[in-house]
Amino acid sequence: MIANESFIKMAKENSDNIPVTVIRPETGWKMIDLGELIKYRDLAYNLVWRDITVQHAQTILGFIWAIITPLVQILIFSVIFGRVAKISTDGIPYTLFTTVAIIPWTYMSMVMLQSSQSLVSGHNMLGKIYFPRLLYPLTPVISKLLNFGISLLLLLAIMVYYKVSPTLQLLYLPVFILMMMLVPAGVGMLMSAMAIRYRDIKFIMTYVVQMLMYSAPIVYSATSISEHYRFFYSLNPIVGVIEGYRACLLGTEIPWQFILPGMFTAILLFIGGAFYFKRVEKIFVDVI
Amino acid sequence: MSSEDIAIKVEHVAKRFRLGLEDTMHDTFGAAMLDFIKSPLKNYRYYRSLYKFDDSSGPDAPNQPADILWALRDVSFQVKRGEVLGIIGTNGAGKSTLLKILSRITPPTRGSVEIRGRVSSLLEVGTGFHNELTGRENIYLNGTVLGMRKKEIDQKFDAIVDFSGVERFLDTPVKRYSSGMRVRLAFSVAAHLEPEILIIDEVLAVGDAAFQKKCMNKMQDVGEGGRTVLFVSHSMSAITRLCHRAILLNQGTVLQDGSTHDVVSAYLGSGQGSPSHKQWNDPATAPSGKVARLLAVRALDADRRISSAMKITQPIAIEIEFEVLTPGHILMPHFHVFNDEGIRLFAALDQDPQWRGKPRPAGRYISRGWIPANLLSEGLLYVSPALTTLQPDIPQFIVRDAISFQVMDSRHEGAESARGDYARNIKGVIRPLLTWESETAEISGQRSTA
Repeated sequence: MIANESFIKMAKENSDNIPVTVIRPETGWKMIDLGELIKYRDLAYNLVWRDITVQHAQTILGFIWAIITPLVQILIFSVIFGRVAKISTDGIPYTLFTTVAIIPWTYMSMVMLQSSQSLVSGHNMLGKIYFPRLLYPLTPVISKLLNFGISLLLLLAIMVYYKVSPTLQLLYLPVFILMMMLVPAGVGMLMSAMAIRYRDIKFIMTYVVQMLMYSAPIVYSATSISEHYRFFYSLNPIVGVIEGYRACLLGTEIPWQFILPGMFTAILLFIGGAFYFKRVEKIFVDVI
Repeated sequence: MSSEDIAIKVEHVAKRFRLGLEDTMHDTFGAAMLDFIKSPLKNYRYYRSLYKFDDSSGPDAPNQPADILWALRDVSFQVKRGEVLGIIGTNGAGKSTLLKILSRITPPTRGSVEIRGRVSSLLEVGTGFHNELTGRENIYLNGTVLGMRKKEIDQKFDAIVDFSGVERFLDTPVKRYSSGMRVRLAFSVAAHLEPEILIIDEVLAVGDAAFQKKCMNKMQDVGEGGRTVLFVSHSMSAITRLCHRAILLNQGTVLQDGSTHDVVSAYLGSGQGSPSHKQWNDPATAPSGKVARLLAVRALDADRRISSAMKITQPIAIEIEFEVLTPGHILMPHFHVFNDEGIRLFAALDQDPQWRGKPRPAGRYISRGWIPANLLSEGLLYVSPALTTLQPDIPQFIVRDAISFQVMDSRHEGAESARGDYARNIKGVIRPLLTWESETAEISGQRSTA
């Protein structure tokens, strides 16, 4: 499905060493031009850097906010759901139970919100200069990894407090980190492309993120979902990410029945999001 | 001309915008979702047919829907490697759309463009600047946004900082910069781009006069450096000085393509009445005193045709047509010439011996004063016609900046003009062509003994 143009482009480039760009009307579905993304890697690096530098500009606490944000949530959940509502957690201390979920969730929700707004907030650049548009929604996916890394310190502290020792299960963690990145990347590409046309998305995303949080086993245990609906429940990729983190970090058996359906959805979401983005990319500037 | 020499080939490019967008776009996501749920198949067909159908009906098709705007209708031209091409046209002629297509910001609806070489486009200086980042960080960010590699910026970093003159503030967030410093830094980054093809849109309309001059000179170097440049501007002086060739866009089509002089003349001469000709038909509104009334004022070229684009190497006539209402006065028609900075270059008084010191009978008169060739400087000049009676001096009329014309000094006149082959900006409110002579002085002090 690689466009013919690219072949022509390559051929000409080789003949006289001058890059030839052909601009023509764009129709139909397009592939992601990986070569182009690589060509713009310096820009991607700078965009990520900008995002990181800017988010805590002129704050007193700076990156400590990356710890405070999940910490406050952990405290609230521990008190309300752990102490007051006394939600069952299969015998795990509630604070520990919810922390291993909140850390990846904080990353995912932050990326989803920022990524879905990336085109709208970047519309000044969008109309003035060309670079691969995918960089807009994908930048926060990378830049927020730093916050995620910092918040892992909090996780570590809480795990030490509860004397949880790492097991071999931890080796699976990279799989779930990848999955944790795929989901908001897919949502971000899809939603940013929609948001540039329908500014409603900005409002909708607030609710979507909230609903997604309660749809995943962050404050409650996945085992409390009736056997009947387990498969449909697990189609939500966030369920897989959370269950994966919990099993890896706490050393329990990895509940693949909760994870595999979500993994499938996550990959589908990512590919679908990318294709949709490329499909409507050409009208972005005209509908700003 | 082999295809190797063509840097940009634009073929039948058209761009359609939908003004209302109500057919394809819904106002709210909710409405779109509802529609989508109700009839996905119908929607799919509709979108598809819309796409295919509309594409077969071009800009010239009859029964064009009201919400469709063809910003570009059919634009074709070629730019040779190393050529500096100016693009001019009124607002809405399609200049910006054309540049956006060439910069790949938006795709064309029809036609194709082939670009040979690395392109950088400057539709705005400081694209991607972020207020919270320091000057240093913004140089890197803006540089990579404009298509430079990090390595390239590393090499040019000192030169960029030098040119901008903001060394001291390099580690200060840009939000604390004055707007002038910000623009200087932004332009400095842009000025150090070294693409084969450069696309520029009016970026010079920023900064103070001194900085604009600096930018113009830098642009000149870019043009001299054998790079291909596409330049959109409303400044006819900039266009004539920088560009060999120009195209005039009008309502999405190329109205004229040729030498800068011809195209600029056509542009200045088009529109509603030429700016270099003004006529008062209604006595009630015409500038008038008790003795005389202004009828018309015109700027003429060497062939006595009304023109708004004058060559610096040719004489220019200013013609004042007036009516004497009360006979028996000695009249002195005159005019003032101002440049676009509002500086009065000179005032010229009618010294025609035919009427010098003689009272005029009633009637219509024309006074024509010839400004010699190679006197005025290039740029936009304004003429204020006036008339005064002598003994006693009673002003009858003066119309500030009644007409204007452009003096053009291209650097292809050779020894005919004061510019010669020098390409950069020349200062001064006038630009006379002097007689130059030179000798070879063998030993200093020779002259006194000779």
